[in-house]
Amino acid sequence: MGMGSDMYRQQILDHYKNPRNKGEMEEPTFSHTGENPSCGDTITMQVRLEDDGETIEFVAFSGDGCAISQASASMLSERLQGTTLSELEEMDTDDVTEMLGVDISPMRIKCAVLARQVAQDGAAIYEGDLDVDETTTEE
Amino acid sequence: MGVQESYPIDVAAIREDFPILDRKVGGDFTVPGEGENDDLPLVYLDNAATSQTPRQVVDAIVDYYYGYNSNVHRGIHHLSQEASVAYENAHDRVAEFVNADGREEIVFTKNTTEAINLVAYAWGLEELGPGDTVVLTEMEHHASLVTWQQIAKKTGASVEYIRVDDEGRLDMEHAKELIDDSVKMVSVVHVSNTLGTINPVAELADMAHEVGAYIFVDGAQSVPTRPVDVKDIDADFFAFSGHKMLGPTGIGVLYGKEEILEDTSPYLYGGEMIRRVTYEESTWEDLPWKFEAGTPVIEQGIALHAAIDYLDDIGMENVQKHEELLAEYAYDRLDEFDDIEIYGPPGDDRGGLVAFNLDGVHAHDLSSILNDHAVAVRAGDHCTQPLHDKLGAAASTRASFYIYNTYEEIDKLVDAVDDARQLFA
Repeated sequence: MGMGSDMYRQQILDHYKNPRNKGEMEEPTFSHTGENPSCGDTITMQVRLEDDGETIEFVAFSGDGCAISQASASMLSERLQGTTLSELEEMDTDDVTEMLGVDISPMRIKCAVLARQVAQDGAAIYEGDLDVDETTTEE
Repeated sequence: MGVQESYPIDVAAIREDFPILDRKVGGDFTVPGEGENDDLPLVYLDNAATSQTPRQVVDAIVDYYYGYNSNVHRGIHHLSQEASVAYENAHDRVAEFVNADGREEIVFTKNTTEAINLVAYAWGLEELGPGDTVVLTEMEHHASLVTWQQIAKKTGASVEYIRVDDEGRLDMEHAKELIDDSVKMVSVVHVSNTLGTINPVAELADMAHEVGAYIFVDGAQSVPTRPVDVKDIDADFFAFSGHKMLGPTGIGVLYGKEEILEDTSPYLYGGEMIRRVTYEESTWEDLPWKFEAGTPVIEQGIALHAAIDYLDDIGMENVQKHEELLAEYAYDRLDEFDDIEIYGPPGDDRGGLVAFNLDGVHAHDLSSILNDHAVAVRAGDHCTQPLHDKLGAAASTRASFYIYNTYEEIDKLVDAVDDARQLFA
């Protein structure tokens, strides 16, 4: 079987079918939405920070789309808990594929990184580094 | 073997002409061509996006580059004359294939999209203005939809869309309502690349002509798959692409009625399209060269000629019959499942493609899993985003067939869909 078949390992399917931290959070510190117009994937990431304004206390997500985008958001919501905004900002594409634990084909990488990008842009808007009107689009 | 004998085309013999159909896939895709880890026989069902290329067409390209590669028209030398004759003959061959009056009515472009843009810019920018209407359909490809939408914005014209009904057919009553005296252009897709609908373009041409409008027919999915006669349709403009009909990428065809092309200003300026140039003024070359500025698509034109010869050898009626049989078989097999939604008209009334969704599985996930089975399909909006919005689907998966596809390949598609169903259950 080819490379692609690895993409739907049990972990991805498990997070897709039983998403973690999916839903609306009360009083998030910040919240941001992004989309992938060509796929129709949409993701909202909500983040609540601890009193130090740096440590991530809790993350929730909501959205629609393919298994890769939704599983990635679910895994990211678990992964970010207890980390810091700086750690979030430093996350790159390799970190995302490592988190997913599978090879993502080039055509699908935009699905995989959408949640990470939405969380990062949300944090940047919260810290005043990005315009509030900035929309997150992975294309 | 009575059934075999009556089958319209010899698929096994045709497959022999397409070396790519023998290859395996599934390994390292960063290096083109079959590698040691490629272990699954390719099932190529993405023909509405691009068709494969037979030896005969590749041979024509090789013969050109090894034998008489030269720029056309400006050379007095022998090679240039050979290339010029071959390139001009290609226009004649295309004209014959769609029953145009001659090479004057056949302009080679980059693709269908460029052919539509040529008319939209050269004719539309000049002729459209506030109060004028361009009528499209809700199933229009972005190639025509976005082009006319933007030209309308530039000129102040408005755009109206003929409704698509629940069965995926044009609402012709609505078309009658829309096509009134304000309409200057009706631009419609002949065979929908998403729904597979075969539109009544001759009837629409009558409606357009009744109010003094032109009709532009996008034949990207029709010319490769059925006999097309631009005079029967009475199209004013008609466009299609070489790479969807066994030819190479980089060539499209714009057909235009000679008297209309005569009256239309050039789209691109430069060499090749001029007759006399001074520092102040320029005059234009005869049709069709007036619309082919710069060094044209010589290789591609010659290759398209070979592709048309290949298709004509099979016979376009036979190609159409084969397409219809495969479309109906695929439709019926997929329609057996309650969790599959197929878009467009019934299986016995459509072009050779089926776009569908499997309940609970995003089209991109489905096509990834089909790829794991070496089944090549297309997933996405197929350049019909507004139509997908109307269908309530962000994306769909589309299998599309051509002369070399088999019933067994459709069975493999259905089995692979079932694998996705199990995986996501």
